[in-house]
Amino acid sequence: MKSDIKLFENGKRLDGRKPEDLRPVKIEAGVLHRAEGSCYLEWGGNKVLAAVYGPREAVPRHTQNPLRAIVNARYNMAAFSVDDRKRPGPDRRSREISKVTSEALENVILVEKYPRAAIDVNIEVLDAEAGTRCAGLTAAAVALVDAGIPMKDIPVACAAGKIDGQVVLDLGKEEDNFGQADLPIAISPRTGEILLLQMDGHLTNDEFNQALDMAIKGCHTVSEIQKKAIMQNYQKAEEEE
Amino acid sequence: MTITPSIKRDFLEKLAKEGKRVDGRKFDEFRDIEIEVGVVNKAEGSARVKIGKTQVITGIKMDLGEPYPDSPDSGVMTTAAELIPMASPDFESGPPREDAIELARVVDRGIRESDIIEVDKLCVEPGEKVWIVFIDIHILDYDGNLFDAASLASLAALMTAKVPAERFELGEDYPLPLKEPPISCTSVKFNGVTIMDPSLDEEEIAEVRLTVATDTNGDVRAMQKGLNGSFSVDEIKKVIKASVDNGKKIREQLYKSVGK
Amino acid sequence: MNKEQREIVIPSQLLGDVKQKKAGRGTFVENGKIYAEVLGVLNAGSDYINVVPIKGRYDPVPQDFVIGIVIEPMASSWLVDINAAYPALLHVNEVPWDVDFGETEKYLNTGDCVMAKVSSVDQEKKLNITLKDRNLYKVKGGILFEVEPSKVPRIIGKKGSMISLLKKYTGCRIFVGQNGRVWADGENQGIQKVIDTINLIEKESLSYGLTNKIEDLLKKDSKEVE
Repeated sequence: MKSDIKLFENGKRLDGRKPEDLRPVKIEAGVLHRAEGSCYLEWGGNKVLAAVYGPREAVPRHTQNPLRAIVNARYNMAAFSVDDRKRPGPDRRSREISKVTSEALENVILVEKYPRAAIDVNIEVLDAEAGTRCAGLTAAAVALVDAGIPMKDIPVACAAGKIDGQVVLDLGKEEDNFGQADLPIAISPRTGEILLLQMDGHLTNDEFNQALDMAIKGCHTVSEIQKKAIMQNYQKAEEEE
Repeated sequence: MTITPSIKRDFLEKLAKEGKRVDGRKFDEFRDIEIEVGVVNKAEGSARVKIGKTQVITGIKMDLGEPYPDSPDSGVMTTAAELIPMASPDFESGPPREDAIELARVVDRGIRESDIIEVDKLCVEPGEKVWIVFIDIHILDYDGNLFDAASLASLAALMTAKVPAERFELGEDYPLPLKEPPISCTSVKFNGVTIMDPSLDEEEIAEVRLTVATDTNGDVRAMQKGLNGSFSVDEIKKVIKASVDNGKKIREQLYKSVGK
Repeated sequence: MNKEQREIVIPSQLLGDVKQKKAGRGTFVENGKIYAEVLGVLNAGSDYINVVPIKGRYDPVPQDFVIGIVIEPMASSWLVDINAAYPALLHVNEVPWDVDFGETEKYLNTGDCVMAKVSSVDQEKKLNITLKDRNLYKVKGGILFEVEPSKVPRIIGKKGSMISLLKKYTGCRIFVGQNGRVWADGENQGIQKVIDTINLIEKESLSYGLTNKIEDLLKKDSKEVE
């Protein structure tokens, strides 16, 4: 979509950020009572809630895998989370995001420990402002740790993109709408392996490498915030008298 | 389905006979209520309500649309509720079950039939264009008494909602025109004992449920009986009285949290 | 409240090398290195590394004593919820009664509570439990509540020291299942004390000297009552 807005001028973006700046991220683990694991996450203007149930026997029976657990991540946007009210229920976009999120999480969860079981992850976007799939996956990872699900790493996601010819980290609202490229990724921070990768727009080989590098760095920054949130929640639980 | 162990049921009934509840509350006492407004930026109005550990978010969105043919000068309101899977291990994703539909319709009636939203002030072009108010209830954590939590969250969201006139180039944003809201109070009965604001355990063994919405004058504006048990006329009158009393307290708290 | 803490680790945290230590529960090995797989307490000795999860599903092990809730009576067995990732099967041959085909609900029905023992767990995690043992039976009366399965060892205590204290000072009969379910019966006051004390043990499970602290608390309470 073409527009006359200048997204990048004098080294600054519309919201004042530099190209390599992340929006503010706030993470809190263990926020729900019924769910076995949960996480509330704010990323810029995004507000996301993730909850985990499981492992529990997978139903219906025919979905059971006799060798391992199946991971069902369900990404959903609340009707009131966007400018124009969204009709409740999954649409094709939500289904696709659910699929790539499930696949990313399956990679790090030690699924062989739970044959015939399901690990259900529910990601709700309460307030949307570009980058919801990255926010959702990042929150889901914390919820999984909170639930005590055995994992070989805590996955984290972050996006990079291109606006007005400049490669930038963590696209904001207008940058997502009027930018030239969007590259959301998720990584396993311990190994650096890529668990989720999608891209649309136009990037030269050099630009792609730059963007990927930037997104990976962004992931590591957010990973530290995830880990702090997990430890903080544990400490809070111990301090409650 | 989560099964309620018979031991739990017996224990709750035993306590009830002694005039007690598991969490020490009186029969007509509500759990702690928390109301927070303006929690969703994208929504025209929003509120998060906690009753005990039950947690609900309601968001209000508004759009322009066609009026109903039989009321060409009135705005339109519509209510939907989502029992999302995160709120309980028993909620599955998929089309709304009858519980979600009943919840939405009861909250909707409580608002619609008491004319809280002044829909005659939401007309832009008679017969052509009116404001549509979408009330979307998102249950986040289910620990009993969704009716009151959902209703309260919806009221708080409506009372802080702004008509997004600017976005549609119809002038400046202004507060959604509202009248004084009735407050809903839900009670359940098990083993001959009636209690108000059931926690999850109490709801699981309830035989019958009654929700009563009352206004500032203490008049009854909406009622709904649920489940397959029954109430005596006397019991209903007692519930109405307790609903009026609690309604007053909750209304005070509601007004304070929306800044009235 | 001042208390010594044990070290907490998170998934993916590097804990050691297989060349020096043996990788125990709560850990996984990759390229010869030992990592934590859950959020938990590090329990490392001179030649082993374990991580005890802070939270997580009960993992059934044969011979575990558990408290189950009957989900459904079937033709010649019952499906029982034992708070694991899977429901357990209780076969009519594994109960002390003579049950005719199709008569299962006469003995155990949905919602009934049983003290049982895990008899087998197969490769596909199909679980079987039994009631055929002394101390195993259908439970009547009392209360039932749940705690984190990982805290059960603390609640029972070394050689049952903690649970004995509880029984002594509350006058209640108490049974703690490995699956995180607790049953207690006695006077209302005693039952409340059981609930409160166990909640406290859960919260402070990681502090040292907990048994003494709980004993002092219980002793003090009893004196006040007298």
